[in-house]
Amino acid sequence: MSKIHVTTTINGDPVDYLCDAGESLLDVLRDRLGMTGSKEGCGTGDCGACSVTVDGRLVCSCLMLGAEAEGREIATIEGMADGETLHPLQRKFIEHAALQCGICTPGILVAAQSLLERNPDPTEEETRYWLAGNLCRCTGYDKIIRAVLDAAKEMREAP
Amino acid sequence: MQYHAPTSIDDALRLLAAKDGNCQILAGGTDLLVRLHSETGDDPESILDIKRIDELRAITPEAGGWRIGAAVSGAEMGEHAGLVADWPGVVEAMNLIGSTQIQGRATLAGNLCNASPAADSVPAMVAAGAMARIAGPEGARDIPVAEVPTAPGRTSLGKAEFITSIHLPARPEGGGDAYLRFIPRSEMDIAVVGCGVALTLDEAGICNAARVSLGAVGPVVMLVEAGAEALIGTAVDDAALDALASVCSDAASPIDDKRGTVAFRTHVAGVLARRAASIARTRAGGAS
Repeated sequence: MSKIHVTTTINGDPVDYLCDAGESLLDVLRDRLGMTGSKEGCGTGDCGACSVTVDGRLVCSCLMLGAEAEGREIATIEGMADGETLHPLQRKFIEHAALQCGICTPGILVAAQSLLERNPDPTEEETRYWLAGNLCRCTGYDKIIRAVLDAAKEMREAP
Repeated sequence: MQYHAPTSIDDALRLLAAKDGNCQILAGGTDLLVRLHSETGDDPESILDIKRIDELRAITPEAGGWRIGAAVSGAEMGEHAGLVADWPGVVEAMNLIGSTQIQGRATLAGNLCNASPAADSVPAMVAAGAMARIAGPEGARDIPVAEVPTAPGRTSLGKAEFITSIHLPARPEGGGDAYLRFIPRSEMDIAVVGCGVALTLDEAGICNAARVSLGAVGPVVMLVEAGAEALIGTAVDDAALDALASVCSDAASPIDDKRGTVAFRTHVAGVLARRAASIARTRAGGAS
């Protein structure tokens, strides 16, 4: 079967790959590009562990074909830290112990970053609704919500 | 499997005709990709992605109402101030579907063509009197949204046809709409019952037009004519709402399944109709 040639941008870098027609963007990221930060939890768009943004829009990469990424701007968890310097959300997740096993964490960080880009000062309720599509079986969510709100506060107060 | 991403409706129609039916339209993909990856072994020969067709990506004013392209996402609808102001019930119904991530991809036309009896946006569109524009080999045709689903998972579209847009009519003077659903938790679930109401009040606050629809209580979304009759000519007061609840429960013909029993769904159909009509009345400028 002939493969599809895709030219796209991931975390600001131009990327080329070959993929099959039915292959998800998540499988392309993990299996063809070695970007294993995005996780497969359910593969059906329920858990949010594979969250990425496409042209700034938060989506599940398991529900998008790799072929659809042609010409788009993809952002994944791998682009979040600035070199060795963690993003405030990443730092606050560690400070608040907002993770245990960590499988859901990349997706939650990407989703939370997408929220704070749109709304730098979300309420707890807005944050909980925005993250309703990111499932975590360890934390009970409270620490996650506190970490996001604390990161938002720090980012608002940053000079 | 092949992937096609044509940039015009004509190119899409040519591809569809050439594939003789063994081709799936890809809009948001939130239902299609789950099916593709479910290992049922009946994958289509081709996938036709309609998101590269520019005119299908826009929300445009038309005839006082709004034309919503088949590739417009729920998130884009929720961010469109004019659309939200005119048809809040339709936008809320669409925005109830899934998570933030799902909203980034899922489309109104896709929710319609997936033909689930529990599709949230469909009762709201039926109540609003929405029309689906269908492109096909003989040109474009417009049909009421209620005529698209024919059974769970089935539509009235021909093999070489696809929906290019949904048109919501001009919001009438004194008009308001609402959609409510019951789910056992606050987010991220499939409707056990859904109800859409669109109504119009005259200057004296008397209802002079109404459309009431129910979802998830039959094989397809139903327009409840008796619901409209219960509201028209009234001030949508308690007596009218009681009558509405009664006829909506009567109209419901649900199944028992893990998400709800016949008795529960029948009762809730009336409860939701009453509440949705009350919200629609407030939105129409009536007493809240």
